[in-house]
Amino acid sequence: MPVNETLSNYSDMAYATSVVIYIAAMLLYFGEFALGRVATGTAAREAALVGSSNSSTVTTADSRDVVGHVPAKPKRPLAEKLGGMAVSMTVLGALVHFGSLLTRGLATDRVPWGNMYEFGSAICLAAVVAWLIVLFRQLRNSRREATPAQLRGLGGFLMLPVVVLLFLSGTVLYAQAAPLQPALQSYWIVIHVAAAIVSSGALLFAGTASVLYLLRSRYENNPLKMSKFGSRLPTSQALDRMAYRATVIIFPVWTFAIVAGAIWAEAAWGRFWGWDPKETCAFIAWIVYAAYLHARATAGWRGVRSAWINVLGLAVMIFNLFFVNLVVSGLHSYAGL
Amino acid sequence: MREHLKTAFAFLRNTWRGLTSMRTALVLLFLLAMAALPGALIPQRSLNQTEVDKYFQEYPDLAPFLDKIGMFEVFSSVWFASIYVLLFISLIGCLLPRCWDHYKQWRSKPVRTPRNLGRLPHHAEKTFQDSSVDEAISAAKKRLRGWRMVEHEEADGARSISAERGYLREAGNLVFHFALVGLLIGLAGGKLYGYEGQVIVVADGSEFCNSGTYNYDSFRAGLSVDGTQLSPFCVKVDDFDIKYQPSGQVASYHVGMQYQSEEDLENNAWKPYVLQVNHPLRTAGDRVYLTGNGYAPQFTVTWPDGQKRTSLVQWQPMSPQTMLSQGATKFDQPGVTDEVQRRQSQMAITGLFAPTASYDGKILSSGYPDLLDPTAAIDVMRGDLGLDSGRGQSIFGVDQSMVEQGRLKRVARENVRIGEEIRLDDGTTVRFDGVERWANLQVSHDPFQTSVLVFAVLIIFGLGTSLIVKRRRIWVRAAPHPEPGETPAARTVVEVGGLARTDQAGYGEEFARIADDLLGADVDHSPQPRADAGTARERKS
Ligand code: HEM
Repeated sequence: MPVNETLSNYSDMAYATSVVIYIAAMLLYFGEFALGRVATGTAAREAALVGSSNSSTVTTADSRDVVGHVPAKPKRPLAEKLGGMAVSMTVLGALVHFGSLLTRGLATDRVPWGNMYEFGSAICLAAVVAWLIVLFRQLRNSRREATPAQLRGLGGFLMLPVVVLLFLSGTVLYAQAAPLQPALQSYWIVIHVAAAIVSSGALLFAGTASVLYLLRSRYENNPLKMSKFGSRLPTSQALDRMAYRATVIIFPVWTFAIVAGAIWAEAAWGRFWGWDPKETCAFIAWIVYAAYLHARATAGWRGVRSAWINVLGLAVMIFNLFFVNLVVSGLHSYAGL
Repeated sequence: MREHLKTAFAFLRNTWRGLTSMRTALVLLFLLAMAALPGALIPQRSLNQTEVDKYFQEYPDLAPFLDKIGMFEVFSSVWFASIYVLLFISLIGCLLPRCWDHYKQWRSKPVRTPRNLGRLPHHAEKTFQDSSVDEAISAAKKRLRGWRMVEHEEADGARSISAERGYLREAGNLVFHFALVGLLIGLAGGKLYGYEGQVIVVADGSEFCNSGTYNYDSFRAGLSVDGTQLSPFCVKVDDFDIKYQPSGQVASYHVGMQYQSEEDLENNAWKPYVLQVNHPLRTAGDRVYLTGNGYAPQFTVTWPDGQKRTSLVQWQPMSPQTMLSQGATKFDQPGVTDEVQRRQSQMAITGLFAPTASYDGKILSSGYPDLLDPTAAIDVMRGDLGLDSGRGQSIFGVDQSMVEQGRLKRVARENVRIGEEIRLDDGTTVRFDGVERWANLQVSHDPFQTSVLVFAVLIIFGLGTSLIVKRRRIWVRAAPHPEPGETPAARTVVEVGGLARTDQAGYGEEFARIADDLLGADVDHSPQPRADAGTARERKS
């Protein structure tokens, strides 16, 4: 099957465009983050948010405040405008990014994740979509756990690794559009790799939330530390919960990705599990995430320690993506690299 | 004496408790992850012996030490095994009591309605002007269908319901953990009763039968496999079609073959099969895979007395990109019975084979992996091949010590294309007849594979259930209002309270829906902005 050059060129152009849009979105998020004032009444609200978990009733006025109803103001402050633009840019970027993958797939008449470049790109899209889902769900939810501004504070920190990853994928790892090598010609590439992409993207989001959790909890333990930075983040409890929920939802998917990989390996390599470096690393990441879930249920491990475990899990995932694919030679091979 | 026994018993009990605690499980999980790490970073014998050899050359000081502590066989090392065995003992020790607890909980009734529902994390309340206690309770019962429920009669004409849901969570969790144990047993079974063999078969109708380990080029037996009980089947490789892209990358492999197993073996019937990457042949409980390919050049030697010998032997590809291959095709002169004379007249054709000739100066190399311009650069050697020396010899080369001792001499060196012939000093001719492809086949056997798959699926479903289902409680109390209403119908206060028993957020929304259904949408339930403020985690740890 010959490659459609026109479409593949469009795909490359869309890719570059989406990176530019993401960078703009990131800067806008950071702009809001930097300008966002530490809202008046923050202290009181924060006390209510952070404070004792026993208090079961919260006055209406307070919950209003938490929900983020800014008392009627003639104009939206600049910071909030930036935040709104950042979200729009993220959506736009994700659409263009999706277009890039779609045209790549059409150009080659196969799934657009047949080599490292495409795989990295797809993971980033999954992470951005995971972020948008969390954001919109939280904004819709009347029982939201953080103000919209605090929530958007996460955005820049998620876009940062996404932009770095996309930049590396688009330069170092770039591969011309080409058909799949025979080893990858199987419907399992649709199932196994799609599951791996979705999990990696969601776990990237979860890991970012845990990193911010660690920063925020430093501030909460001592409000004098990083007070500007820390106060603009969602509460540690909200961050912890976001990280946990994302991990919990995606962990069965990641398990499925590994099992599907084993089923594919049985058909392709003659055994379902052979401790190939990539398999080994996936296993390690799985064990680390299992440890994270256990830690959350173990007294003395909740909070900071379990957040560290989640960050470690993300580190293993990234290590698996880059180091194992590029440095260690295994059976997992991607065309054009 | 009794004191000693007591201490010993206490020690054992504490050890067991420690081992089966969640904290220990956590530590062991970490240890397992760390122990697996060298397996990804250091080359492993089971995967790639060549890489291991390279490692020994690059780190001559470090490698022997690493070897001693099993770093090149991490996954079969004692320390790796001890970690997972401990983990699984801990797991079983933790599961059995949990099963018992779960059984008891499952049999027991939902707990009584707390006196003050207002203190619960989720709470809502409304006074109905024209509804009786009984009506309210039966409406609640209807709404809570599917929940485990009990009803209580309380003082002053009040009635209440306690309901609980989400028992599947713990059940799923138990299924998941047990399936892990099952999976491990399946893996162990595969290690005991599985086998794996490699064999090269030339695609000219050559045959291979799984009748004994001696038919293989290499064979890896499970610990309880002695090679006498292989599943009987035969395969015949007729042709091998490889398509390449212009870049030299392979586009597709198709091995045309036939196989026979079971009753086909008795009546000698053959079934056709097209073997491809990702599509192994599954027969007689075994699987046959295509794992490699290469070229087998065919040469014919004609001695001056007119005797002829033709040989087709696989050569070894040196690079998958160009398929430049090296090898040695060996001949005995026919009709020579005298041992001494035989050792002077053996012949070998060694050198390089290029499917598409391209030259580095005068040296043959290959420009493309497909057969566009097949050429061989051969040395014809004559003398003693050393085949009787008792030493094993590679099929891809000649014994260099024979060359060094001058017992095997080069008598010609030339580049030949298909159909070309070399005439030696004594009138013997060597003809390059043509070339066939060969397939490297792997035969694998693992009787526990299916059970491992079943447990893997259980793992996924158990996990999904245990992570998605929420264990939660709800209570409804209907009580007559202290001040009777003006209308003849009763005035009733209905209260709803909720509690999530796991720290999954999201119960708030469900609670709000139920409260709305029971009390009407206008009711103000008092959830905190922080979802599930008061989750009760009653898990054992
Ligand atoms: C082979 C190693 C193990 C693996 C891979 C593993 C994996 C998991 C996973 C992924 C969960 C998450 C499900 C959930 O959060 O509900 C979980 C939960 C749990 N595991 Fe394990 N586990 C292992 C060993 C153990 C051991 C040895 C124990 C007992 C000491 C244990 C006790 C528990 C408990 C009590 C939960 C429920 C925690 C909760 O509700 O969050 N596990 N396990």
